[in-house]
Amino acid sequence: MSIFNFFSKKSSAPTARERLQVLLAHERASVGHSDLVAQLREEILAVIAKHVQVDGDKVKVKMDRGEQVSTLEVDIEIPLKAGVRAA
Amino acid sequence: MAKVIVVTSGKGGVGKTTSTAALGAALAQRNEKTVVVDFDVGLRNLDLVMGAERRVVYDLINVIQGDAKLTQALIRDKRLETLHLLPASQTRDKDNLTADGVERVIDELRKSFDWIICDSPAGIERGATLAMRHADVAVVVTNPEVSSVRDSDRIIGLLDAKTARAERGDRVEKHLLLTRYDAARAERGDMLKVDDVLEILSIPLLGIIPESMDVLRASNLGAPVTLADNRSAPALAYLDAARRLAGEAVPMAIPGEKRGLFSKIFGRRAA
Repeated sequence: MSIFNFFSKKSSAPTARERLQVLLAHERASVGHSDLVAQLREEILAVIAKHVQVDGDKVKVKMDRGEQVSTLEVDIEIPLKAGVRAA
Repeated sequence: MAKVIVVTSGKGGVGKTTSTAALGAALAQRNEKTVVVDFDVGLRNLDLVMGAERRVVYDLINVIQGDAKLTQALIRDKRLETLHLLPASQTRDKDNLTADGVERVIDELRKSFDWIICDSPAGIERGATLAMRHADVAVVVTNPEVSSVRDSDRIIGLLDAKTARAERGDRVEKHLLLTRYDAARAERGDMLKVDDVLEILSIPLLGIIPESMDVLRASNLGAPVTLADNRSAPALAYLDAARRLAGEAVPMAIPGEKRGLFSKIFGRRAA
């Protein structure tokens, strides 16, 4: 057992390095992505608000990142009584 | 022309304050007027590491709020007349640290100092973003350890997005300062190596500070590492880093790196 342990106790730094590389590749993409979604949400809301009164909380922007294509899902709830502003 | 440096890391306890004091003293030793500014409002410690804790009268917040003049708040170091400290406040609310106020103070400091070194608080909240706001150069302090490297990566992202330079399409010069490095452990494969960290963070290396008892010893005494014992291994590493900041080309040595028998015998003095 002790001999087995001696041989199996590999150095830990390469594991640390690999974990960091995987994690940071993911985090760098997602941090930029959440900023983009927040910005899109704000700008879309501004455009809609020019014409219809909408509640800021009722605008949902979701982005799904795929291998080949990413999809942007925009879901805006417009209440029935929302006044349509001068067209 | 004055240069504003932010010493930052994201993660706490990696050596920002120690590095601010050591680099500040090293630059002041070059006879260049230097001020170290503590941005850690509520948890100030730079005064203690500098050995000036009993001389604090006014602080950064007092200056921002107009309760004191900048010259009244600046503390001149007793050992080096070119070295000054602008302490943070201990008790006041950190909401008093305003973007406008910080800009005014930094602008005023630029007029009379060559180097303005801002010691950032840990985290990515307002104190940290205001400390980096007006920086020309960033020193990213990182330990060879996963959580520190990850947080440094976040901070590098903020430096590229949330600084005054970034907003006007310019860039902040970023440098990596690897602290608490143990060459023997890295050699055994139990610690990330210098090259590992450099490859992951991909910013240029400013210096490698070895893990050392001399760092704790200096803070016990209330002296920057470079003043406590300017021949200790960490002091030599900080002095080299300061020369690189000032634009000198200094070859990079990995402190404590295993040397051959020949250099062990004949290269003693270099150690």
